[in-house]
Amino acid sequence: MNYWPLLGIALVVIGFALKFNPMLVVTVAAIVTGLLGGMDFVEVLSTFGKAFNDNRIIAIVWIVLPVIGLLERHGLQQRAAALIRSLKNASTGKLLILYLLYRQVTAAIGLHSTAGHPQTVRPLVAPMALAAAERQHGKLDEETEEKVKAYSAATDNVGLFFGEDIFFAIGSIVLIQQVLATYGYNLAPLELALWAIPSAIAAFLIHGARLVWFDRALARHPRESGDPAQLEKLGSRFRGNDERP
Amino acid sequence: MITLHWLYTLAGAMFAVIALLSALDRANPKRLGNAAFWGLMALSLLGGDRIGDFGNGLLVLGLAGLAGFGLIGRSHPPTTSSEEREAWSDKLGNKLFLPALIIPVTALIGTLVYNYTPVGGYGWIEAKRETYIFLAVGVLLALATIFAWLRPPALAPAQEGRRLLDAIGWAAVLPQMLAALGVLFAAAGVGEIIGSLTKSVIPEGSVFLTILVFAVGMALFTMIMGNAFAAFPVMAAAIGVPLLIVGYGGDPAVIGAVGMLAGFCGTLMTPMAANFNIVPAALLELKDQYGVIRAQIGTALPMLAANILILYFAAFR
Repeated sequence: MNYWPLLGIALVVIGFALKFNPMLVVTVAAIVTGLLGGMDFVEVLSTFGKAFNDNRIIAIVWIVLPVIGLLERHGLQQRAAALIRSLKNASTGKLLILYLLYRQVTAAIGLHSTAGHPQTVRPLVAPMALAAAERQHGKLDEETEEKVKAYSAATDNVGLFFGEDIFFAIGSIVLIQQVLATYGYNLAPLELALWAIPSAIAAFLIHGARLVWFDRALARHPRESGDPAQLEKLGSRFRGNDERP
Repeated sequence: MITLHWLYTLAGAMFAVIALLSALDRANPKRLGNAAFWGLMALSLLGGDRIGDFGNGLLVLGLAGLAGFGLIGRSHPPTTSSEEREAWSDKLGNKLFLPALIIPVTALIGTLVYNYTPVGGYGWIEAKRETYIFLAVGVLLALATIFAWLRPPALAPAQEGRRLLDAIGWAAVLPQMLAALGVLFAAAGVGEIIGSLTKSVIPEGSVFLTILVFAVGMALFTMIMGNAFAAFPVMAAAIGVPLLIVGYGGDPAVIGAVGMLAGFCGTLMTPMAANFNIVPAALLELKDQYGVIRAQIGTALPMLAANILILYFAAFR
């Protein structure tokens, strides 16, 4: 067996680890892999170009950007934050658990493309999570702000991945069915979708628990917006203590 | 019939306008690089079927070169200040959410109506693509609503779109590049190599260890390829079917479904899955481009363990 194409994988791993520009890393890895796999340069570039063209559907989602941008121009992120500030019991964890559930349930009934990072996370979920975190924690330092945003995006991914396979007419279920059919196992898509349910429940429990912990870590910190004297006391208690969520 | 090509045209037109505005943006020292980059995306979407495979290959080299050698840069198109936005937010109140909900609600209702009423029987829309089509319909409806209600300047949608697209930068194109890389990996036989390597580390006679190698192999190979779809046929051929189903008599439905989900745990931990992990980091303007992955590892690893247990207990009842 020709093991040389594995060098392409090594290039990707090294390139990403050293934080070279991913567009260059991917292109170089693709060309090297193709050449080591026995293609000539024209063949490699044609295969790469054809595959890029066949995957143009990935670029379609960007048509939402002008709408999101226009709404941001008119204060959508500020409004999302204001709404959360007006709710007495809102917290980052509770909000994200609710979004996790919403994402899993809508994905499970085949509506996985109705939410996502450009459509919902940037304009709504992340600003709401940040506003809730500020309520719990006071003004956020950069590290905490990054973490709240990262958890918002992560919650969208976890909800999508461990919800969508419950819907029987999705690509991955069709793929599983087709692969197993080539070995003579003819399964109904519904049978496969059924077995995605235990993992979906596990995902809700595991990620939900992490969000609860994240909430507690946020609430443990001092509220800088509070009473100045109280703050001074709290500040001295926390200053020498490098406890971070 | 409305097909995906209508959407390619719509998206291509958007990229073309953004390229033009980039070229005219004298405040951006890298304006020509930006114009070329988004112009190539417009060319791909509008004319990708007419320039041939090799032509597309050259187009991709152009994109990679412009991004890789730092020839594109973030622009600052005209928009409102954060004080103005606070003022708008106070003035418009919660009604501001309504246009934001037009896109998801149109996609949701459109998909449901098309699939569960006789409307779908007319075949107006390319099969399996209805959610994308209704997403685009939602975008157009939302734009019309915003114009009728708030009367922004005519160029505002293009400029605001450019502001966000330039904030994302090359990460907007990376997922498509990675999908293409996956095709080359497959063409070069990477799948067979990984399959045979995985098979060679399996100890004989232990169901649990075989499941462990199957599930961890799915996750690792998914991390390399960037999606579980490429990993599944390989792992099924190497371990899933010959050892777990035929050898130990496991339930094929469980092994197929949960095996795929073990792969999804890998998707949460790899920069190769750029549209889920790198694009949102850019979209949310995180300092750390791996920030989303870092937030996901704590869920992905316990989920992998959970899937291994589900495989063990449910497939061999």
